[in-house]
Amino acid sequence: MATEGVIAILLCAIPMLLYLAGAMRQQRRGKRWSWWRSGSFCFGMLLVLYAIFPSHAAHGAHGFTAHMNQHLLIGMLAPTFLVMAAPVSLLLRSLPQAQAKICVRLLHTRILRIWCHPMTAFGLNFGGMFILYLTPLYRLSLEQPVLHHFIHLHFLLAGYLFAWSLVGPDPAPVRLRMHSRLAILLLAMASHGVFSKQLYIHTFPRDTPHSIDDIRTAAQRMYYGGDFAEVLLAILLFNQYYRRAPRRPAHSPNTPALAD
Amino acid sequence: MNLREYPVTPGVFLGIGVMAAVDEIIFHQLLAWHHFYDQATPTIGLLSDGLLHALELLLLVGGFFLLLEQRRLKLANSTAAWGGFFVGAGGFQLFDGLINHKVLRLHQIRYNVDVLPYDIAWNTGASILVLIGIWILLKLKRKRRGY
Repeated sequence: MATEGVIAILLCAIPMLLYLAGAMRQQRRGKRWSWWRSGSFCFGMLLVLYAIFPSHAAHGAHGFTAHMNQHLLIGMLAPTFLVMAAPVSLLLRSLPQAQAKICVRLLHTRILRIWCHPMTAFGLNFGGMFILYLTPLYRLSLEQPVLHHFIHLHFLLAGYLFAWSLVGPDPAPVRLRMHSRLAILLLAMASHGVFSKQLYIHTFPRDTPHSIDDIRTAAQRMYYGGDFAEVLLAILLFNQYYRRAPRRPAHSPNTPALAD
Repeated sequence: MNLREYPVTPGVFLGIGVMAAVDEIIFHQLLAWHHFYDQATPTIGLLSDGLLHALELLLLVGGFFLLLEQRRLKLANSTAAWGGFFVGAGGFQLFDGLINHKVLRLHQIRYNVDVLPYDIAWNTGASILVLIGIWILLKLKRKRRGY
């Protein structure tokens, strides 16, 4: 237990320190790096730490509810805060020019374009959830800690991709128009709601040591928690649009028509 | 003219969003008259319910930002927005009361009681809200025309 705790702390502290070091270096060079961004990154990492800390991750009488709390924090809330910290921009600014160029070229490769498309990210999130809860995979993950950790990593990355492609301040390989992004967010919100109701009704996952009450509490947690995280994404998305919209009405003589 | 530039639009968005949220908070959570999931709900109803809920949240957030944008563009008109709000709120409640409860039969207002008085109260309340909204908008229109 103690070693696991130390590992969890290190896993979260190392990226946090690297990020802060990068941010400080920007400040020292006289370039601005917003404290909000640094704060957002630290908060995101702390959420991950809270979720993976061994005492919270233990499977007790409320095992599935505990798992769902972890899932919401790791897969939805933490990635949003990490994305808003713009780590890719910080990385590109911190690297020497030659390496930064390689990174930019990497961002524009076809494979990354497909991988970072919001629909792919949506598929990775919901496909992952279908496979995890509707197949015996979840039960296996209770017996195999490695699998359990791998699943959390998958949801952290998939959640990051989703938030990045929708609201990320970082340069992204694919940036869809506002309407398409709103439609995908709507789809994600509706899927989350419907999926959590399916868990509630049919008490998935099956063949687990969890009681029906536990599964139903977790399903409700998923419903309301998912709403919270997705409303946060919606606020960020609309805010981005609001900041970029022209400051005069479309029919005023000296401005071009509204974008989008 | 763009739909986004009508001063009633954000009000309608917010009205729908607020009424849907009020329904969820008061009837689902506080009174627990009807639920999250009522055993008789068909799958297609569940899907439409999910989409409606997602749309309601987006309307709520989008409505506030639209209000901000109109204010910045100096297009905002609070009377028009309030008129839109009442039409939106009443319209949503009427939709919920007629389509969701009676046509799709997603859920009823309350169980193990005679539901008719509840239905009448629900839909009358909704109609009153819509009428208030229309009255505000008509008054605004008359004022603009100058009589």
